Amino acid sequence: MPTEFLYGVEVVLNGLMAGVLYALVALGFVLIFKASGIFNYAQGVLALFAALTLVGIMEGQVPFAHLINAIFGTEIHHFGWHVPAVLAILLTAAVMVLLAWCVHNFVFRHLVGQEPIILFMATIGLAYFLEGVGDLMWGSNIKTLDVGLPQGASFWLEENTAFLGGEEFYGFFIDKLDMVATLVAVLLVIALVLFSQYTKQGRAMRAVADDHQAALSVGISLNFIWVLVWSLAGFVALVAGIMWGAKSGVQFSLSLIALKALPVLMLGGFTSIPGAIVGGLIIGVGEKLFEFLIGAPYLGGATENWFAYVLALIFLVFRPQGLFGEKIIERV
Amino acid sequence: MANSMKDTYEPYVTEDGRQIGGVLMEMKNITLRFGGVVAIKDISFDIREGEVRAIIGPNGAGKSSMLNVISGFYNPQEGEVFYKGEKRPPMRPYQVARLGIARTFQNIALFDGMSVLDNIMTGRLNHMKAGMWKQAIWKGAAEREETENREAVEKVIDFLEIQAIRKTPVGRLPYGLKKRVELARALAAEPSLLLLDEPMAGMNVEEKEDMSRFILDVNDEFGTTIALIEHDMGVVMDLSDRVVVMDYGKKIGDGTPDEVRNNQDVIDAYLGVSHD
Ligand SMILES: Nc1ncnc2c1ncn2[C@@H]1O[C@H](COP(=O)(O)OP(=O)(O)OP(=O)(O)O)[C@@H](O)[C@H]1O
Ligand SMILES: [Mg+2]
Repeated sequence: MPTEFLYGVEVVLNGLMAGVLYALVALGFVLIFKASGIFNYAQGVLALFAALTLVGIMEGQVPFAHLINAIFGTEIHHFGWHVPAVLAILLTAAVMVLLAWCVHNFVFRHLVGQEPIILFMATIGLAYFLEGVGDLMWGSNIKTLDVGLPQGASFWLEENTAFLGGEEFYGFFIDKLDMVATLVAVLLVIALVLFSQYTKQGRAMRAVADDHQAALSVGISLNFIWVLVWSLAGFVALVAGIMWGAKSGVQFSLSLIALKALPVLMLGGFTSIPGAIVGGLIIGVGEKLFEFLIGAPYLGGATENWFAYVLALIFLVFRPQGLFGEKIIERV
Repeated sequence: MANSMKDTYEPYVTEDGRQIGGVLMEMKNITLRFGGVVAIKDISFDIREGEVRAIIGPNGAGKSSMLNVISGFYNPQEGEVFYKGEKRPPMRPYQVARLGIARTFQNIALFDGMSVLDNIMTGRLNHMKAGMWKQAIWKGAAEREETENREAVEKVIDFLEIQAIRKTPVGRLPYGLKKRVELARALAAEPSLLLLDEPMAGMNVEEKEDMSRFILDVNDEFGTTIALIEHDMGVVMDLSDRVVVMDYGKKIGDGTPDEVRNNQDVIDAYLGVSHD
């Protein structure tokens, strides 16, 4: 096989892995949007907050240490213990549930029935508030997140695929972390689908996503479901936060991946879970492949910054309902 | 207005052999306002176990508002609601539903994106006891429950003769069938009180006949107590044991169909005699 082609395949594989992360963030958006009509600008910050909390708990950091020290003149920063990764992840998940409860009961519960734009504004407020709280709680320095996931290139894969090409092909170069991330994301999506299809709460969630009035009439508490979807979005954010954090460190730029989720949503549609996944993968592969085939050789590179948005724009013009949305037919 | 039945709450058997029991639901001096609009003015009435109770009245009389009060969608500013002999505190609609009160809507509220079967299955949500952890861990219990619920749903589907459309997405159904699916979902909950807001509105004669038959059969076979709003007088007279008549938020009549039909206030309201 020609070497060029094999490198192309490698680019596609790497793009798929990157796409998984976009898909995860988009998935969080879709969950909340379907159930409550809220376009959650804070989804990226949710991932950041989850990652910060996870690192903080693992390292035994004292939350709000700066604040406490400033007020009481103390000098405490650490509890002096380390929490094992698995336990810390469970604790962080619990924090995300608590956060979901607070977000719903202190903010969105009071905004039920408001215009979508007002809900959207509230999520912008929430995003900045959460970023501030995250900073105040855990500090703004870049942190490394090591939950024990395998890192670095997979030599096994490299060695065992080298034979595919000729002299100049050394095998596929793929980060083990990316492979694990993909696996975890796949498991997460399967779990979510099973949950929504087969459990009582999952059915109730789908019902709320479809019609609030009808859901109430069959005995579903909307408030419970909304806390539930914010919690699920929090879990998805936690997984995304772990993957991103393990790869590039936990830093505040993490909240910007939310912006990459926007083109994903335009491709996949705002209400489709498969759409979020396929959209994420297309954007991931698309931007890597475009850079490899056209960007780097002809345009001077760095096309990954804007490719997703242009692709989304083209989609908006030709298929505004997204890949999986129903065709929009104007009623007259 | 004759008070023939109101004086005595002894159980009795109707001419067609159905059991009517004591008071299931009692509304006492209910007043409901929307800003300046008084939708319900100091209305009292009761619903007895096993009966078909109709609420009639001209457009805007406050009939739907009354049904919404019963089902918890509106909370009245004044008055008391008694259910199964106990005073019911102000409640949210989902709490009322969990008490065994199911309903349909004047404007149909279905889950358009789901199949007929899934829609009806949501009616069973209150009968699904196993929580998500139990479902995740103990598969046997969850499966047994799922089987039970499926059987209950299939029974309703057979009863309402909608086998042919079980897998159809509800959004694609014609209006008449949607109304039937909505009834099916309410029935799947096995309610003790069934509230129907204009179940036959917008239907053709044939569909109306079917729907009337279903309502009678539900009441007859399952002994379900039914309160329904209906504009078609013929239907009301055929179906109901007792009728409440509302006009401009006030109760202007209450009694058997015959009593109500001969009530002068009711005749005036329907003939459009001016109000002062
Ligand atoms: N949610 C609401 N907000 C404000 N006003 C309302 C609301 N619901 C009902 N009303 C008002 O209360 C009055 C009674 O309305 P309701 O819908 O109960 O009448 P109805 O007897 O069911 O009429 P129809 O036969 O047309 O269905 C009307 O004046 C209506 O405008
Ligand atoms: Mg009405």
